[in-house]
Amino acid sequence: MSDNLPETTRGDHSPVAAQEPLPDPGLPAHQWRPTDVDPKAEKRAERQVASLFLLAVLGSIGFIASYVVFKVGDHPDTIGNLGASNLALGVCLAVTLLGMGAGMIQWARKLMGDHEIVEMRHTASSPPEDREATLGILQLGLEESGLGRRPLIRNTLLAAGGVLGLLPIVMLRDLGPLPGDKLDHTIWDISTWTPEMQAWWQTQHRTLQRVVRDVVGTPIKVTELEIGDLVNAEPEVMFALDPETKQPIVEGTELLVDKSKAAVILHRMLPSDIVSTQTLNWSVDGIVCYSKICTHVGCPISLNERTTHHLLCPCHQSTFDLTDSGRVLFGPAARPLPQLELTVDDEGYLAARRDFTEPVGPSFWERG
Amino acid sequence: MRLLNRPLGRLSRYRRGPVAGLLVVLMGLVLTGGLYAAFSPASAKVDDSAALAKEGHQLFLVSCAFCHGTNGQGIKTLDGNQLGPPLAGVGAAAVDFQVGTGRMPAVQPGPQIPQKEAVFTPTEIAELAAYVATLGPGPAIPNPSDYSLDGLTDEQRQQAIAQGGQIFLTNCTACHNFEGSGGAMPKGGYAPKIRGVDPKYIFEAMLTGPQAMDTFSNGNLSVEEKRDIIAYLQSIQNNPEYGGFGMGGIGPVSEGLFAWLVGIGSLVGIAIWIAAHTARSSKQKVEL
Repeated sequence: MSDNLPETTRGDHSPVAAQEPLPDPGLPAHQWRPTDVDPKAEKRAERQVASLFLLAVLGSIGFIASYVVFKVGDHPDTIGNLGASNLALGVCLAVTLLGMGAGMIQWARKLMGDHEIVEMRHTASSPPEDREATLGILQLGLEESGLGRRPLIRNTLLAAGGVLGLLPIVMLRDLGPLPGDKLDHTIWDISTWTPEMQAWWQTQHRTLQRVVRDVVGTPIKVTELEIGDLVNAEPEVMFALDPETKQPIVEGTELLVDKSKAAVILHRMLPSDIVSTQTLNWSVDGIVCYSKICTHVGCPISLNERTTHHLLCPCHQSTFDLTDSGRVLFGPAARPLPQLELTVDDEGYLAARRDFTEPVGPSFWERG
Repeated sequence: MRLLNRPLGRLSRYRRGPVAGLLVVLMGLVLTGGLYAAFSPASAKVDDSAALAKEGHQLFLVSCAFCHGTNGQGIKTLDGNQLGPPLAGVGAAAVDFQVGTGRMPAVQPGPQIPQKEAVFTPTEIAELAAYVATLGPGPAIPNPSDYSLDGLTDEQRQQAIAQGGQIFLTNCTACHNFEGSGGAMPKGGYAPKIRGVDPKYIFEAMLTGPQAMDTFSNGNLSVEEKRDIIAYLQSIQNNPEYGGFGMGGIGPVSEGLFAWLVGIGSLVGIAIWIAAHTARSSKQKVEL
């Protein structure tokens, strides 16, 4: 401790009444507000508050009026290019709430009582007599319930609580069953199809599944694509119709699940642009086919740069090189984009030679 | 008949006159020329396009050859990059798009050539397009009938818009945003906003794939599919913004973040400002 500081403790470290180096100046004198000292200002503030509350009334009336006046539905009224009803309702409600809020603030700050209040600090703990009384009550409860004297009741209660804890664990069963090998193959693999899909395939008399355009489901000829074309495509069974009922064979949840794994993109480039042997061997005249599902967390990716053949995922910017087996160039993805081996069927349409040779989409526990 | 015959009868008196032969030859020539002009529009058009291309070549030499080469063969920089790409096979559609939207002639090289006021008049653009089309076969400028919904019933129109929406969401939204507001691309590039763009230019952009954009040739997306996409874009453009001013469709997370940070943040700021400011008078209260 430095010598030029005032002595605040005695040798036994018990506190002393500190000698204040400066006299306590006390609280500053109260300064009045203009509304306290000037009756005119007070009247004006009163009128302001009342006007704000009246504005709020007008806002509510406007709200009701715009609800009645403006047309909604197929051909709604517009103001500029905005929906008139929503806009007017919102503005009127805002005027009402703002008017009430501003009025209350103005009222409280200009007209309500204006005193400084001093609240002295006190110790945070309860007084000792309160603490003793509480402990006494707890002790009495323990004695009267006989929890210590009747171990049978105590132990059965503990057992009931413990078994109750098992219930949420049992419900975790709903997370299963484990996917098995479902994640290892996609609907590109004909051998994994359901009997209905197999029956439809029998009527087609072909061996290779075509790669068809998404949305419209039309098959693609090599000659239809120009260099630089990007096609968002699907396996043809997605668009298969039951020969009798003319209803889609794959539909509902099944369709969504299959689509989320089997969606692909086709991109045609100069064969001389292709770098890796696998990509070249699995392409047809410079047309390469890759999974559309990012290997990071499974976003659909079709954000391609024609000039560089880099495919970018819009979610986390993973970038894949379509000329080089889908190698990861940038971003958090850890695995290359799976390539689909492409070929041409007897009628000249692009088709898949087989399923992806590795699981598509994000990595998962069992994949290692 | 007599009335009709009379002038002819009188005229026939001159049939052996000194200028009769000359007149007949003249009339024959005029008739032949007129008929030829009336019945041979095809050859007349060919002559027209050749003339256009010739004019276009002159413009090309002045305005484009610096980067694209005097024959449109393209020019490479010293480190192997393209100063201007070769233009053989890009077609008239590419020229109409690039020059019509002002992207070409470019002011300076860069990650992406921005859109600006068009420099050339429509006639000059047609001439340049005609010249570049002679360099190699490529997509032609689309017909307005290719992307117009005229002649369709209301139901067919609704179908076209619905189908176009599906195709748009599958093929275009990855770069251009789900309502066509555009988005960022790697290395300083960007996918431009495509709301409010002339349908012709949207069609041409799909056909030709400007800059880093993929092409969507007619073999990839058929003419009808392109028309449907354009119909969808126009339909969302005509939709009023029901919820007030839009934020460019930047998505729920970003819009929510904006509401929290800017909206609630400014409310907190206003509350602090109100609490920190108060009017005080220097006068003392007069006890009445």
